Amino acid sequence: MKCQRCEKPATFHITDLVDGEPKELHLCEQCAHTFLSPEEEESNEVIPAMAGLIAQAAVGETAEDLARLDERVCPFCGISFLEFRKQGRLGCPHDYAHFTRELEPLLVNIHGETHHVGKSPRHSVQDAEQQTQLIRLRREMKQAVAEENYERASELRDEIKSIEGARAS
Amino acid sequence: MGLDLNELAQSCGEWLRGTGPEPDIVVSSRVRLARNLAEFPFIAKATEVDRAEIERILRERIEALQAEDRLPRNLTFLDVGELAELDRRFLVERQLISRELADSEGARAVAVDPQEQFSVMVNEEDHLRIQVMRSGLDLQATWEAANRLDDLIEEQVTYAYSDKLGYLTACPTNVGTGARVSVMVHLPALVITRQIDKVFRSLQKISLAVRGLYGEGSQAMGDFYQISNQVTLGLSEEELTKKVADVVPVLLDYERQARDFLIRESQETLHDRVSRAYGILRTAQTITSEETLHLLSSVRLGINLGLIKDVETPTINKLFIHTQPAHLQKLAGMELDSSDRAIERASYLRKHLANGGEGPAAN
Repeated sequence: MKCQRCEKPATFHITDLVDGEPKELHLCEQCAHTFLSPEEEESNEVIPAMAGLIAQAAVGETAEDLARLDERVCPFCGISFLEFRKQGRLGCPHDYAHFTRELEPLLVNIHGETHHVGKSPRHSVQDAEQQTQLIRLRREMKQAVAEENYERASELRDEIKSIEGARAS
Repeated sequence: MGLDLNELAQSCGEWLRGTGPEPDIVVSSRVRLARNLAEFPFIAKATEVDRAEIERILRERIEALQAEDRLPRNLTFLDVGELAELDRRFLVERQLISRELADSEGARAVAVDPQEQFSVMVNEEDHLRIQVMRSGLDLQATWEAANRLDDLIEEQVTYAYSDKLGYLTACPTNVGTGARVSVMVHLPALVITRQIDKVFRSLQKISLAVRGLYGEGSQAMGDFYQISNQVTLGLSEEELTKKVADVVPVLLDYERQARDFLIRESQETLHDRVSRAYGILRTAQTITSEETLHLLSSVRLGINLGLIKDVETPTINKLFIHTQPAHLQKLAGMELDSSDRAIERASYLRKHLANGGEGPAAN
């Protein structure tokens, strides 16, 4: 793929948010650097949030690495890393665990930190595994209903209830 | 109990009352919290059935809180998908919903209170966007109100949360506290003296974001700017609030210095600018939204500097909102194309600025 701004091969694949709309840019290294370090007079513009971050995370990765990474898919919500890069939005809470290696440099880039220190929900919180299990069970239940397998659906509903019940106690 | 949008159009919104500390420069304080329900995928991967269920669950739980008198009974749920396009635009202008919520597809809703102090958006970028707005500079109270509302809703649902990363959000830019703390400031003198870019660059250096009146990507209309935290992870909500609150006195100081400079060095030019702006607004027969915002900004500055004495800031605050396209059409009770709007807008301004603003807008 060629760079959108010159004739060189595009090695940076950047997702920019323009008016809240994700827009994909394919740039060579030089154009990407120009894009990511705006001129002094442009610096009062809103920083293109996801752009800087994702390109930064990709720095040092070869196009092959990036392509391989792009194909990784969350087993729960089915989002691929490429989809995330394109739209700048994750598909489910589990993505934070599934793409943790890729997201960590991004979080450092955005926030300068990787640990939450603020408020937490007052009632007992499920662990990440239970949260993703809930998403999976709910999805299976819907599937069972669609297939008119009501017995299975009711079993799944009980399972969901027991996890949700554990939260309240 | 329904919320009558036509009735709402007549009023002004608590956040524009022009009260609270430093109302000449700080128009409003706002806190927004992004939250998601643990058992559903984020919006990008939610099916239409998921979205409808999220909306149903949240509506049920919020109404249960109302039934127990733990949330105000006059809080109203609006099905955004069912609203007419004009009503959606109206709610965006009113800052009760985002452009994203107005323009997206599928099940989505907003719960608003008639005083417009808080709104809860459902199925925006995140399942829940809790927003509290107050007039003037009052970030601490605004945060506390948002926190209370969040606690109440949280008792009813399970939020997506991890001990390490905090509240999990659709976009990694909001993860952690999910909190965006902001002030809307009117900085005309810094714009006139061309110092505004310098100020913004220094704000960005300390990780604060600057946006226009209507959020991300919007133009800075009428010299209004929203200053908010960029970072949501690694700082507590109190620290974020303090970070934004700490910069406000500096901004106030810069803007006031620029105003003093204008008065001292070019009072005639300034007085002329303000008076012409006021004159045009009171006499124009047709006027665009953009020109109106520009001129109202000068008049607002003129009032705050004592150059205009027969009209008050809250009247001008109200005109900023009421002369926007959707408000104007709601107030006129009909849809109007842009040239008819320009005529209607000029007529509205003449009426409300006649007799030095003692028209209906001062009510």
